[in-house]
Amino acid sequence: MNFFLLTLIKAGIVAVVLLTTLAYLQWVERKVIAHIQLRLGPSRVGPHGLLQPLADVVKLLTKEDVQPREVNRFFYIMAPLLAVGLALTSIAVIPFGPTVEIAGVETNMQLADINIGVLFLLAISSISVYGVALAGWASNNKYALLGGLRAAAQMVSYELPLALAIASPLLMLNTLSLREIVNGQEGFLFGFLPRWAIFQGPMPQLVAFAVFLIAAFAETNRVPFDLPEAENELVAGFHTEYSSMKFASFFMAEYANMVTMCSIGTTLFLGGWHPPFPHAFSDFVPALLFFGAAAMAFYHGLNPARRKDRLTLPVFALVFAAIGLLLLLPAAQTVLVPLFWFVSKTGFLLFVFIWVRGTLPRFRYDQLMQFAWTRLFPIGILNLFLTGLLVALQK
Amino acid sequence: MDAGLFFLFAAIALVCGINVVVQTHPIKSALSLVGVMGALAVLYLLLGAEFIAAVQVVVYAGAIMVLFVFVIMLLNADGETRVSRARLANWLGIPLLITLLGMISYLIQREIPYSPRVVFGAFGRGGPRDVGRLLFTEYLLPFEVTSVLILIAILGAVVLARKEIE
Repeated sequence: MNFFLLTLIKAGIVAVVLLTTLAYLQWVERKVIAHIQLRLGPSRVGPHGLLQPLADVVKLLTKEDVQPREVNRFFYIMAPLLAVGLALTSIAVIPFGPTVEIAGVETNMQLADINIGVLFLLAISSISVYGVALAGWASNNKYALLGGLRAAAQMVSYELPLALAIASPLLMLNTLSLREIVNGQEGFLFGFLPRWAIFQGPMPQLVAFAVFLIAAFAETNRVPFDLPEAENELVAGFHTEYSSMKFASFFMAEYANMVTMCSIGTTLFLGGWHPPFPHAFSDFVPALLFFGAAAMAFYHGLNPARRKDRLTLPVFALVFAAIGLLLLLPAAQTVLVPLFWFVSKTGFLLFVFIWVRGTLPRFRYDQLMQFAWTRLFPIGILNLFLTGLLVALQK
Repeated sequence: MDAGLFFLFAAIALVCGINVVVQTHPIKSALSLVGVMGALAVLYLLLGAEFIAAVQVVVYAGAIMVLFVFVIMLLNADGETRVSRARLANWLGIPLLITLLGMISYLIQREIPYSPRVVFGAFGRGGPRDVGRLLFTEYLLPFEVTSVLILIAILGAVVLARKEIE
């Protein structure tokens, strides 16, 4: 098929799925945080608050767009565009499945398979500092400026450990293409342990994965490193003066960056779309999980905690069961099962992001910098050095 | 299409480059410089040097210019005030510049009359593996000397910026 048409279709699908995920990620985050704090979370709009993201989108779109006087208009408008544009760009090189054949057309489950995929991601992440820094500067507000400065310093500092952590698995897998990186993690050690980069010899990359996760928290400005928007010191940090859709852009950028970071972690360290069990089981585990979820929802529908659960939970049970049946179809399995494993690993990492937000308090600014330069950076270098040494000895 | 992209991004690089000089506000100049770096990265990409293009963005646009912008924001530097220049400079500046550029291009043409035609995407030896191998074999000494030089610069900066301890 025509290359342009195919790319356009794939980009359309990825864009719709990604934007929906971003909206619902916020719902998931509010629900998880609420349950950590023994609250209910959003529950008014739709069953279990499931329509809350839609309501939020309508609210943000229709709000008045306040633009303060004395702002630098050009950069004030450019900053959120830059932030959200760059955040959404990086998903283009993430591979979420093997090469599949749908209706006679063979294609990669990835938008662009470029041979410097990892460097592309690093380049995008290093430029995305500008969005935040410019927003802080152009707003002509001292809190926003301080937030922007903090963000710039923090993101530049944590980029180094991030790059060092990313470099270690690259040494072992010997490529910069994300697709080949995932292909290099196929198979099992001793018949049961997946050959993911965190388990693979000669140097299991557990330390690099930990450094990567910590640096990813800082790069995405999330708790415990959310000093750029520390509300009790800086009002709202770099987006203090933004409202309506421009504010929503920053919000979207933050969540898109989270999704990208989790996808990178999955791709580089957790074996991408490769299952955690040998194939004989892994093709049926997803279906089994969905049937389990369906049974649970159905059971709770029969013994409802609230009256409306009697209607909503059986509907959820039906949906889960339908997805489970779909996952059993051999034709759909080649596409859906790898996708399921990729999505569930990424989803688990996203859950860790939310979990940490519900658990840890914020760092102080000097602690943040101290931690990056005196702990994380040496650990990253040491790990890279050891990995290089072991890889060289093995050859 | 390659030629079209080349002219597009060459034009962007030129416009941004002129903008660096024309703008009076330091942040706007710095960001124009980022534009130049980005356009240059695309030109490298067009020639087939993906690794160098990525490094150009990561190092120049992503690290060095961020530092520039950071310092300008931290100092909260305002737009520079224009000092009135001598009338002679106003009248003669641009013609003299054009003469200089003309002389340079004439000299280049005379000294290097023939050079091979540029082919887009033909540069095939700029991958990370090639660069790494060259750095650790042929250019090992210059590479190490440069890193020591940078280390000295860092130490110097730390010593100069340190607070006086009585």
